[in-house]
Amino acid sequence: MYPDYMKESIAKVEKTRERRYRLALEHGKEVFKPMTEEEREGILERYHPDYQSDARKRVRIGPNKGELITDRVVDLLESYPRDNPDQFDLNDVDFDTEILIIGAGSAGLSAAIEASERGLNVLIATKLRLGDANSMMAQGGIQAATQRNDSPAIHYLDVIGGGHFDNKPDLVEALVMDAPKSIRWLEELGVMFDKNPDGSMIVKPGGGTSRNRLHSAKDYTGAAICRTLRDEVYNRSDRISYIEYSPVTELITDDRGQVAGAVIYHLETKEYSIVRAKAVIIATGGFGRLHIRNFATTNHYGATADGLVLAYRVGANLLYMDSVQYHPTGAVFPEQVVGFLCTEKLRGLGAQPVNKNGELFVYPLEPRDVEAASIIRECERGHGITTPSGLKGVWLDTPLIEMLNGEGTIENALPAMFRQFKRFDIDIRRYPILIYPTLHYQNGGIEINARAETKIPGLYVAGEASGGVHGRNRLMGNSQLDIVVFGRRAGINASERVLGGVKLGMLTMEHVRNYMRELDQLGDVPRSRIAPMILPDYIPDHVKAKQLTLNYFGTLT
Amino acid sequence: MERKMIGVYILGEYFKVPEGSTILTALEYAGFQLKRGVGCREGFCGACATLYREKGEYKLRGGLACQTVVTEGMTIARIPFVPAERANYDINKLKPDVNTFAELYPSVFRCVSCNTCTKICPQEINVMDYIQDVIRGDIASAAITSFDCIRCGLCALRCPAEIVQFNIAILAQRLYGKYLAPRSPELEERIKEIEEGKFDAEIKRLKGLCREELVREYYAREIEIS
Repeated sequence: MYPDYMKESIAKVEKTRERRYRLALEHGKEVFKPMTEEEREGILERYHPDYQSDARKRVRIGPNKGELITDRVVDLLESYPRDNPDQFDLNDVDFDTEILIIGAGSAGLSAAIEASERGLNVLIATKLRLGDANSMMAQGGIQAATQRNDSPAIHYLDVIGGGHFDNKPDLVEALVMDAPKSIRWLEELGVMFDKNPDGSMIVKPGGGTSRNRLHSAKDYTGAAICRTLRDEVYNRSDRISYIEYSPVTELITDDRGQVAGAVIYHLETKEYSIVRAKAVIIATGGFGRLHIRNFATTNHYGATADGLVLAYRVGANLLYMDSVQYHPTGAVFPEQVVGFLCTEKLRGLGAQPVNKNGELFVYPLEPRDVEAASIIRECERGHGITTPSGLKGVWLDTPLIEMLNGEGTIENALPAMFRQFKRFDIDIRRYPILIYPTLHYQNGGIEINARAETKIPGLYVAGEASGGVHGRNRLMGNSQLDIVVFGRRAGINASERVLGGVKLGMLTMEHVRNYMRELDQLGDVPRSRIAPMILPDYIPDHVKAKQLTLNYFGTLT
Repeated sequence: MERKMIGVYILGEYFKVPEGSTILTALEYAGFQLKRGVGCREGFCGACATLYREKGEYKLRGGLACQTVVTEGMTIARIPFVPAERANYDINKLKPDVNTFAELYPSVFRCVSCNTCTKICPQEINVMDYIQDVIRGDIASAAITSFDCIRCGLCALRCPAEIVQFNIAILAQRLYGKYLAPRSPELEERIKEIEEGKFDAEIKRLKGLCREELVREYYAREIEIS
């Protein structure tokens, strides 16, 4: 429960609630004026973490050499391989497969289903278990222009405006045009979406959407999708095999420059295996566990951007890796849930962000970067509340949800959120929650085209690891869509490549040797800085001081 | 700020950890670098099922390591994997009725209504109720009741009848989503419109706009949300 000084602030929130409730009845979601273009740009420049002077640095190696990129991503790219490529005998192939998929979130699982549907043999290598991914944690919804007052063109405009007009048009077109049939595909696999008794979809707005377009499965939308895809993958064991606890540590090419396999490492047995494949799909997700600018994160334990490193070393280029998504509403109290996601669906259902005096300060459904910057500004103005552990935040007034939508809405539509706070003695039906932006999503990634191809033959990317779909800021519900649309496209197009006949030459890891030579030439990259990171490192210093471990997972020193 | 330390027994071994830690962060504080038994760290993936006893208590409790706060004298056992029977099936060839379960998971009929599954569930799902739903052939109710299941597996571990509740749950959910949930008429219409090319010209026009034109259209667009 909240300490007394927070209760005093909550009393102020309660005092203004009736007025804000009336405002919502009168103006719908527009309880505060949405920002103009100039206002958006202005607040981002001053308050968004990406725009701070030390947020980015120039990467000195690889295809994006010379570009300004988020600092910890640069460290990751300027890292040595985990292993010397000379140690591997590439003639000794352990797994020969048609398609290798790296990662088993909803993008990887969708790709696997589509490839198996085409009769191909698939191997999934995943660092933890099938379904251990950010996909499983998505709460709020999946976008698709299914409503009669909506259209793929309106969706297109929302996506590209939210992304600051930097999105690749072909990718946005694929995203919005495939969206309705992706929902149907998921339904046919057995995903349970929230519906009205007549079968019509219950849809809500999200930040930056101009229509009600978020389809949800309570606030377990990602889990409902991901567990269904995983179950389907289990059922296709005749075509799809998988190895768990086995991250890929390096890609393998052939002597013609095609991607032709990978080195996988088993986390428990510490064995390395060589995989040969005619096409490789990277579906490794994002980078929240890099804790960029020391932010807490909503992300899965395994979100360490491994795919970026693998693809970059083999010559694929990155797009918009100067841009990081901070989800506006991460929990900051109690301490056990710091950084956890408080779904945007809360605001979609009418919860309002208010400061310590109970005052509104922003339109609740701005695109995420703008909403996050506004919350940071409010705290910097001294209008935030400080937690006992020294974090700052503003209130998200959740009791409004039931005032606006009726008693029982929170338990029915937001069971995960309700449960999350109830576990720590906070009833979100009665009390607001304290929130601050939290590191959430990798807006950019490995550049792909609408076929999910990279510029390297044989290498495909889908989902959060890819770049270009969302420009420099993703909207709520478009990642769940992205992973299904481009997961499937990757699976379909990789299959087409293999069915078209692929001749592999001699396997090689020359690209890794070249990369190491370039790193040597930089002169100042410590040998102990290694990537892919695989897992973050949360061992406290007092324990480390007594260990003689040479390389931790997550070493980014 | 100096934090108060408390003693816990991790797999029987004594460690001092900060008060207020979850079981997960307590393990990490003690120096365990976790590979198994850790996942999303936010209560959504079911990777970190844990059995524990509070000091002086006879009761064996279950929970998620990422969601359970340690207490003085707590004894903690990690459950990184749950061996469980799972049926393979082609969802397209199943019927959403009790016979499907009788064939794929006959153990469901062994339920003795002891409610142990419900008592251990960290999601507070009425697990026994949905197992009884299945036995009665009410697949819709089973799907809806089990919906919040995150597959931590504690129910199956504790079940004296050796039922695999969480695998039964996903089957019920898929059968409901595919066969029993009413279809959305507007979704079918929209898919047809897209296939007929209704939006092609408009998308092509938008793709052809320069940045300035896009900016203008974007900020001038009508907002119709509720």
